[in-house]
Amino acid sequence: MAFEGLAQRLQGTLQKIRGKGKIDEADVKEMMREVRFALIEADVNLKVVKEFVKTVSERAVGHDVMKSLTPGQQVVKIVKDELTNLMGGEQNPIQFARKSPTVIMMVGLQGAGKTTTTGKLASVLRKRHNKKPLLVAADVYRPAAIQQLETLGKQLTMPVFALGTDISPVEIVRQALVEAEKEHHDVVIIDTAGRLHVDELLMQELKDIRDLSTPDEVFLVVDAMTGQDAVNVAKSFDDTVGITGVILTKLDGDTRGGAALSIRAVTDKPIKFVGMGEKMDALEPFHPERMASRILGMGDVMSLIEKAQENVDEEKSKELEQKFLTQSFTLDDFLEQLQQVKKMGPLDEILKMMPGANKIKGLDNAKVDEGQMGRVEAVIQSMTAAERNTPEIINANRRKRIAKGSGTTIQDVNRLLKQFEDMKKMVKQMTGMQQKGKKKMKMPGLDSFFK
Amino acid sequence: MSFFKKLKEKITGTNEAVTEKFKDGLSKTRNQFTSKVNDLVARFRVIDEEFFEELEELLLQADVGFETVMELIELLKVEVQRKNIKDTAGIQSVISEKLVEIYQAGEDLDSELNIQEDGLTVILMVGVNGVGKTTTIGKLAARLIAEGKTVMLAAGDTFRAGAIDQLVIWGERAGVEVIRQSEGSDPAAVMYDAIRAAKNRSVDVLICDTAGRLQNKVNLMNELQKVHRVISKEVEGAPHEVLLALDATTGQNALIQAQTFKEATNVTGIVLTKLDGTAKGGIVLAIRKKLNIPVKFVGLGEGVDDLQPFDPEKYVYGLFADGLEQEDNS
Repeated sequence: MAFEGLAQRLQGTLQKIRGKGKIDEADVKEMMREVRFALIEADVNLKVVKEFVKTVSERAVGHDVMKSLTPGQQVVKIVKDELTNLMGGEQNPIQFARKSPTVIMMVGLQGAGKTTTTGKLASVLRKRHNKKPLLVAADVYRPAAIQQLETLGKQLTMPVFALGTDISPVEIVRQALVEAEKEHHDVVIIDTAGRLHVDELLMQELKDIRDLSTPDEVFLVVDAMTGQDAVNVAKSFDDTVGITGVILTKLDGDTRGGAALSIRAVTDKPIKFVGMGEKMDALEPFHPERMASRILGMGDVMSLIEKAQENVDEEKSKELEQKFLTQSFTLDDFLEQLQQVKKMGPLDEILKMMPGANKIKGLDNAKVDEGQMGRVEAVIQSMTAAERNTPEIINANRRKRIAKGSGTTIQDVNRLLKQFEDMKKMVKQMTGMQQKGKKKMKMPGLDSFFK
Repeated sequence: MSFFKKLKEKITGTNEAVTEKFKDGLSKTRNQFTSKVNDLVARFRVIDEEFFEELEELLLQADVGFETVMELIELLKVEVQRKNIKDTAGIQSVISEKLVEIYQAGEDLDSELNIQEDGLTVILMVGVNGVGKTTTIGKLAARLIAEGKTVMLAAGDTFRAGAIDQLVIWGERAGVEVIRQSEGSDPAAVMYDAIRAAKNRSVDVLICDTAGRLQNKVNLMNELQKVHRVISKEVEGAPHEVLLALDATTGQNALIQAQTFKEATNVTGIVLTKLDGTAKGGIVLAIRKKLNIPVKFVGLGEGVDDLQPFDPEKYVYGLFADGLEQEDNS
């Protein structure tokens, strides 16, 4: 049921228009309907959508689109640019206090992911900014919230300041600040309880904590899946407590994340980080352009490339390139490539990040056969060094032994050897063609892992 | 007699307290939504295109989703023409009537919990992170105990820090036993243990907590399937209920959540949580319509007794209560 991206929707509209030679204002209006639809389906707030469509529409009618030979692409480009502009501006690093400690307050609705994000943020600050954070457990309401933070603290080997649930959050924060001073912590992160933005009593408590601790940053933690209500939540928190930035969580899900745009539009506060996974280091800086692509269903190419870069060893790929060129590529190299691909994460997640992947029919049901990869690995690992270097020597007997050793069948072994042969042939052709071209990453034979 | 009057009679005849709870819990939602509808009705004396357009926007802002909104508007237009309604005075009742109709279209699904007469009933709670699974289990346990059932809980969220402790505290509050293993252990093994224990102590209902997981994480969904398999292997016909906890603030992604969880675990009902904020949870209309999953409970507050059975008529009543009172006075 994956939503169609804007580009595909526009294609549909344009097909109707095609044949008219050039498009007129009415056609632009028709396209704007699609833009509106796409944004609403992505959970961008309706009011924000209306304002946005107006801006885009003006630009489109102006001349950008109507004179263009590819009006659909033009519209997508304008929409994406405007989206990026709206969410962007300059990157906003964390404001550290001139005089330590820097106090950061985490606020938000229940279940947005404040406690988890508190742990992640502390980890990032220690790793990238060389800080020594103190975590403050000020959620005395939700059962076991304090234990949760304490467990995270243990995992990260980071101190957590907690006084149990019988003392008021304001008092906890007061004592925590004294403790921070004493123990020379340069950052204090206060994990407050989740609360509804309409709960006046609890919102007052946040104000009290703010007045006492005079935080340098107040981060609103928001679930990326939030719908139309995101504007109300963000506005209430901003009006009562005054937020300085937003952290968007659970962005590793498949939501379009239109809430990001809504919140930015109503509060004008920067989105500073995004939560991208269950692990404690899965907190990343916000990239407006990627978010724009995502909202429009255009895939997240940049993240894909980054993921690849992170996991592919430069040295090794140079070596590999050399091997390709001299055609001394062995099964060992093949195995290594496989393992590099695997390091990038589950293949179907990578697939989802590719633009247009949701266009391919049946792909949403396609299960990437990771088991097949495992079998290939097992087969290669059951070969002797000599066999890996010169697969030609693998005769029937050896095949039998390899199959037995790897717990696979002779057919599996045959298939792999055939694949490897094919690949070598292909590489031979390719290297012949682009002797001088530079290709960093090659992953031939990958398609055989998709059923 | 108007639809509202019938509705009110039906409800007040049954259970005043529950309806009040619904009204209280939904007051934020209702105030916002109804005042907007009222405002709309006041501004537009005549029903025209523009009126429908504004109504469409109101519904979109309730997260109902484009398709369902379009369908509702079409239905309304037909109805308005058929009944020859010209001004906006009578439109509110038609709107709520059609909303209930859309929700109830298709087969009539039971919103009661499927509790076995004899033997063990197993309820599996699933959902994405942070929607309120554990809290809902605590409330549900208290509710079942009040109905005279014996209840046991299984701490199947072995992943998130503090999740087991959280369930244990809810267990203490409700006075029920919680079967647990250490953090990081295999959730399927916890379920196995819990079912054994539940059988030994011959409790009526076992409620199983699971870790929150985003529906696009294939490995985690596989794990959930395994948990489901273990339960159905140990008790025939189990799990008797698979409840998907859904956050009312969630937007269109909720539909994908419902679909994916349904594929993995055959979800039998939805618990719509956090309905006491300003979010409206309109997406449940689309979920019911497209996937045929009924809402069984709604979470209306932080208290133990703030979990109420879902009743579409009450839900709509909650949304339109102001309008109803006005109609009564006239």
